[in-house]
Amino acid sequence: MTDAATFSSPDAISDGARLDFLLVADMVAPGSRVLDIGCGDGSLLALLRDTKSVDGRGIELSREGVNACLAKGLPVIQGDADTDLADYPDDAFDYVILSQTIQATRQPKIVLEQLLRIGRHAIVSFPNFGHWRVRLDLLLKGRMPVTENLPYAWHNTPNIHFCTIRDFVELCREVGARMEKAAALDAGGHPVRVTLPWWVWNLLGEQGVFLLTRIRK
Amino acid sequence: MNSAFQTPEPRSQVDDPSSLVARFSADEPLMLDAGVPVGPWQIAYQTYGALNADKSNAVLICHALTGDQHVANVSPVTGKPGWWTTMVGPGRPVDTDRFFVICANVIGGCMGTTGPASTDPRTGLPYAVDFPVITIRDMVRAQAALIDRLGIETLFCVVGGSMGGMQVLQWAASYPDRVFAALPIATAARHSAQNIAFHEVGRQAVMADPDWRGGRYLVEGTRPTKGLAVARMGAHITYLSEMALHRKFGRNYQDRSAPTFSFDADFQIESYLRYQGLSFVERFDANSYLYVTRAMDYFDLAAEHDGSLARAFKGSATRFCVISFTSDWLFPTSDSRAIVHALNAAAASVGFVEIDSDKGHDAFLLDEPEMFAATRGFIDAAARARGLA
Repeated sequence: MTDAATFSSPDAISDGARLDFLLVADMVAPGSRVLDIGCGDGSLLALLRDTKSVDGRGIELSREGVNACLAKGLPVIQGDADTDLADYPDDAFDYVILSQTIQATRQPKIVLEQLLRIGRHAIVSFPNFGHWRVRLDLLLKGRMPVTENLPYAWHNTPNIHFCTIRDFVELCREVGARMEKAAALDAGGHPVRVTLPWWVWNLLGEQGVFLLTRIRK
Repeated sequence: MNSAFQTPEPRSQVDDPSSLVARFSADEPLMLDAGVPVGPWQIAYQTYGALNADKSNAVLICHALTGDQHVANVSPVTGKPGWWTTMVGPGRPVDTDRFFVICANVIGGCMGTTGPASTDPRTGLPYAVDFPVITIRDMVRAQAALIDRLGIETLFCVVGGSMGGMQVLQWAASYPDRVFAALPIATAARHSAQNIAFHEVGRQAVMADPDWRGGRYLVEGTRPTKGLAVARMGAHITYLSEMALHRKFGRNYQDRSAPTFSFDADFQIESYLRYQGLSFVERFDANSYLYVTRAMDYFDLAAEHDGSLARAFKGSATRFCVISFTSDWLFPTSDSRAIVHALNAAAASVGFVEIDSDKGHDAFLLDEPEMFAATRGFIDAAARARGLA
């Protein structure tokens, strides 16, 4: 689960929004219906509401996060991705966003399938465990990596299902998702150049951001 | 009130209450779920703030089991402040400087809206148990008649906790086009078996009191105060939490340092409950207690919609905000989650938060800053969407 404290303040939306949020926002069509799962303090939802006029909803685990969202007038419910997606009808949303959260779910595959059921598109971003610094940490120190973006020790991390960009691409194949857009962000939050092959992304990207569409059967 | 029967204190507000009253003639009866009309009938209410020109800023507050219309003014019966002045008033989350706030006594109540203590026009005596059994939907129907009378088409927001929350949900289901925003707090879409059980114990306590006289105590000049006080004592426990009771009273003795080896109120908690029971009977009618608890028992919003709660909210454009409390075991968070899940299934707009509190069900009436922050955020955002500055 994302840490609400790391989100930018609402005042910073216009000029200081997180780069990954801007990247996600860029993938969302104006005026669409959006569900943001693990929406933290609602910064992304507020950004989408204010810049894209979306009809946004959210789910957040932490009480502090939900309160912050409600105080901003965002319709956010306290809940989690593992248990609260089953109730939504098929195609309830144009986009379902899972930002920095899939690695904290108990059943990432089922969650991804739910995203693609209730949304026409899914946008998933996650920290890439294939990043070179993560690999280097494990290789040289023999310890589980602790970085600025992954600040937890192995025993207290909410992130129980880490994956690499390549792992995620494989999961998308398994659940029948078509990858419409993909981006990797480097340590500074800037996109890695898109023409590079997968293995380079997997090495240089600290985060992966994917726009997925269900392949209709 | 000058009549053949005795007029005990709780009856002083029944026919001519110290509040506004909308009266409906025999030609405008209220049709009840029981299949019978009641009329002529009346609904007692209070208003705060001013209705704007296009009548778009009206907020309806729905009261709980033993509440009344005096939400934000001194009670004419007890002399105490209104029962929700932390939520409703100038600068409060339900801001009477911005909104036109309406609060009405429920049908079946005893504070001026027609109920079992009211005078039956056919006999000139109180209805007592000849009053038809009423439901939450009847309460809402009566409120809708009042809102019509006030010339208001759409309510900006309907707010209520506990039984008031049931009315909020019923409003949203019965009149989806007339509710812009709905704020059900510490409530459920159906009364649980456990809650029906508690209510039944309370009713049996009232009816076991010989002074209940088969419900005809007002005519016979008695009052089942002991039974009603016991009912209130039992119910009051369900409004609190083990933790709150322990924090407040522990095993402390009342004005003594050792047990008396008697059935006196040795413990503070006993003394407290006795006080709660006694002060309640001063202001509440025993038969009203039977009728209003019954209405809660019958409440099952899904049942009117083929057992699907989601269907009750299908296509609803109302924005909802659902709030529960961690230590509320009478209307636990799981009840609120069931509402939220149904609203999600209906693709309705909903916010939901469980507030951390050790105060039990009563928390919704108390000073809970997180609740106020959430309600304020929700109401302010809804007001912006409604074009209310």
